[in-house]
Amino acid sequence: MIPLNPQTLRPSRRSLLTGALIGGVFVLGFQPKAQAQAPGGTALNPFQAYLRIAPDGRVTVISAHFDMGQGIYHGLATLAAEELSVPLSQVSVEGGASNPRAYGNLTAGGAFQFTGGSSGIPSSWERYRRAGATAREMLRSAAAAAWNVPVSEVLAENGQLTAGSRRAGYGDMIAAAARLPVPSNVALKPASQWTLIGKTPPERIDSRDKTNGSQNYTLDMRLPGMLIAVVAHPPRFGATVQSFDAAKARAVRGVVDVVQIPRGVAVVADTTWAAIKGREALTVTWNEARAEKRGSADLRKAYLEAAERAGAPAANRGDADAALGRAARLIEATYEFPYLAHAAIEPLGAVVRRARDGTIEIWGGHQMPDIYQTIASQIAGVTPDQIKMHVMKSGGGFGRRAVLDGDVVAEAVSVAKAINWRAPVKLTWTREDDMTGGRYRPMYVHKMRVGLDAQGRISGWHQRIVGQSIMSNTPFEGFAVRNGVDATSVEGASDTPYQIADLRVEVTNTSVGVPVLWWRAVGHTHTAYAVETMIDEIASATGKDPVQLRRELLAENARERAVLDLAADKAGWTTEPAPGRFRGVAVHQSFKTYVALVVEISMSGQDVRVERVVAAVDCGIAINPDNVVAQIEGGIGFGLGAILGEELTLTDGVVDQKNYDSYTPLRIDRMPKVEVHILPSTASPTGVGEPGTPPIGPALANAVAKATGRRVRLLPFAKGMTS
Amino acid sequence: MRITVNGEVRDLSALDPDMPLLWALRDVVGLTGTKYGCGVAQCGACTVHVDGVATRACQTPLSSVGNGQVITIEGLNTPVARAVQDAWTTLAVAQCGYCQSGQIMSAVALLSENKRPSDADIDAAMTGNLCRCATYNRVRAAIHQAARSLA
Ligand code: FES
Ligand code: FES
Repeated sequence: MIPLNPQTLRPSRRSLLTGALIGGVFVLGFQPKAQAQAPGGTALNPFQAYLRIAPDGRVTVISAHFDMGQGIYHGLATLAAEELSVPLSQVSVEGGASNPRAYGNLTAGGAFQFTGGSSGIPSSWERYRRAGATAREMLRSAAAAAWNVPVSEVLAENGQLTAGSRRAGYGDMIAAAARLPVPSNVALKPASQWTLIGKTPPERIDSRDKTNGSQNYTLDMRLPGMLIAVVAHPPRFGATVQSFDAAKARAVRGVVDVVQIPRGVAVVADTTWAAIKGREALTVTWNEARAEKRGSADLRKAYLEAAERAGAPAANRGDADAALGRAARLIEATYEFPYLAHAAIEPLGAVVRRARDGTIEIWGGHQMPDIYQTIASQIAGVTPDQIKMHVMKSGGGFGRRAVLDGDVVAEAVSVAKAINWRAPVKLTWTREDDMTGGRYRPMYVHKMRVGLDAQGRISGWHQRIVGQSIMSNTPFEGFAVRNGVDATSVEGASDTPYQIADLRVEVTNTSVGVPVLWWRAVGHTHTAYAVETMIDEIASATGKDPVQLRRELLAENARERAVLDLAADKAGWTTEPAPGRFRGVAVHQSFKTYVALVVEISMSGQDVRVERVVAAVDCGIAINPDNVVAQIEGGIGFGLGAILGEELTLTDGVVDQKNYDSYTPLRIDRMPKVEVHILPSTASPTGVGEPGTPPIGPALANAVAKATGRRVRLLPFAKGMTS
Repeated sequence: MRITVNGEVRDLSALDPDMPLLWALRDVVGLTGTKYGCGVAQCGACTVHVDGVATRACQTPLSSVGNGQVITIEGLNTPVARAVQDAWTTLAVAQCGYCQSGQIMSAVALLSENKRPSDADIDAAMTGNLCRCATYNRVRAAIHQAARSLA
């Protein structure tokens, strides 16, 4: 395991550490004093925090959120441009950092900057429209002063300021506008006046760059004199370097240095290839005294045993034991979920450069830039304000780039320091490093007992969840794990919307040396599967229609019911599927977005083919409907790959899968047709990066049960269909 | 060792002849549109054309390129390529975008050979191109759209 050292995360003196539970997910923060002293605060100058306007009128929006492909840059551009009244084609976006007052995530009280929990849009909905509107009003005032006319006569439209026959581009007025006092409580446009929000523009703002090779990612960084570092990491989690012999590595053409860092031995070279060859030639002896040496089979046995014992109560409604005792019949089921890797297509990396004056720049897919800056400053021995963080777009993320110990940023800074800062360093993880580097979706076992009374009604629901906590053994355990319950282990089960009078959910968090992390939709990735397949099992056991049973159990939950009805309707649920086709349904809310899926499959032997998926989604106002569709499609494909074939296993503590040949995400030949229907809404927008993922597994499993009678409870299907 | 990349001859004699074309392009020539995703011909992010054939640059040693004409995403410049890139943009295929250079190189190679690919042809040509963001339906739709626009 890569231990998280509380010392490393000591907040700087200027900050105080805070934590909060938001939407069932723990978030933590460095709360700068400025914010603490001025709640609500004075309005920030949008031209200092959120927008730049060039003399030619081009607008650059500064993003509080990191874009890993979810499209938040396009979303924020839409919000700011809507109020600023500029065409999207004039807008580009770049990452902001190191200003929590401007970029702190508002779903966590604005305490610090992070992207995650599908919170980018909820945090930005007000903030970026307000930034655009405030900028617009300052531009109008500047024009009014220059032209000596009342502000009310100045129109701001399409990037142009006009008053009668006077006309100027925004770029012409920017210098004067930026110096004006910042108005507060500027009115935002009513929905009826929106021309960008809720519409589909001709192009997503980054489509061109991502289609002609010009989009730069961290691993594409090239700086004069830059060296490339590849690190030999221990083969078992928790091992450390005992000794190493670098003679052969140094003999590889292009290798410049070999240095030890806290997490391994770095080979530094003039090309990536030389660094990789150098690492192959390196001999490292590892101290494995504290390494995790158990394999998946050992863990499985331990988890199944733990599932026989009571865990910490995560939810307690009524009296589940008594109700189960009264039940006419029992359904018992044990589910097994494997470790999953994020396996984002751009392997992890970071680039570090120190200037002559000692200031440092760090480029990376910084999902928590304030924390990484603090950690980097401690390693480098400088103050945080001497470090400039460049937030790069990344080739995927799915949670992997939000790490409390700085991870690759810490590694890159350690390497640069170990070579005495003599050159900029690009730290590159190979695919093998990325796959075997830990931080997986934890392995879980769920043991469920559900009772039914003589009328087929639920009489007791008992769900026991066993697996590693994501937040335990981090410096934030004290905040995150309450009464032995880490919300990220049980979300989606402990707060199930189904009206079950007698319900108990328990959790036993295990202690394993394999580092774990949030993985697209976090706890919902397993809880939705267990809950939604069990509901289906109850429906078949009682001869009820699965949609009808859900509707009954969701009598008080209008939003769940609405997406369920929409998906069922669009999929033709009440009609017979074509011969050889079978349907399954699931509905699940995560991160306040509601998704229902109807899946249609065909079978040939044990081989499942997903033919079609009909999705209904309620994410409040859909700011960019086409991006909502894209995220739901992608979330479904991502989840489907995991359910069908992904698993990360260990033998004697060593990860078995090293690359995409054995860890197998979905490919095009398995991607079903997906139709996404967005429920019209006037509610505040919620995120869509994650919520498409949880329901695909159970909807598929329910269709398979319909087709074969088989309840797949051992994942992935590649295993569960044959065992 | 001299290699022709996007029509320009590059002298790469100083490099290890075993170095995969991928790293020579990215680290030495400075063309970073060709991506590294796996290094073992499993993801397709590194796809380039060598004499028009979609080729995994991560498994192509420099010594094997010979007189082959290497075209990278930056050097695409044919009517087929333009049709593909336009379809990619109008259908907003890219999410993170990291795999898309490779997807586009494979798609251009496919459409240069096969003017009207079926879904099965697309599966066969594109299965080697992993997209972790699962943009596959738009990849498929964009290939069909490009084919139509070229017809
Ligand atoms: S990097 Fe070449 S196929 Fe993955
Ligand atoms: S668009 Fe992200 S991997 Fe394909």
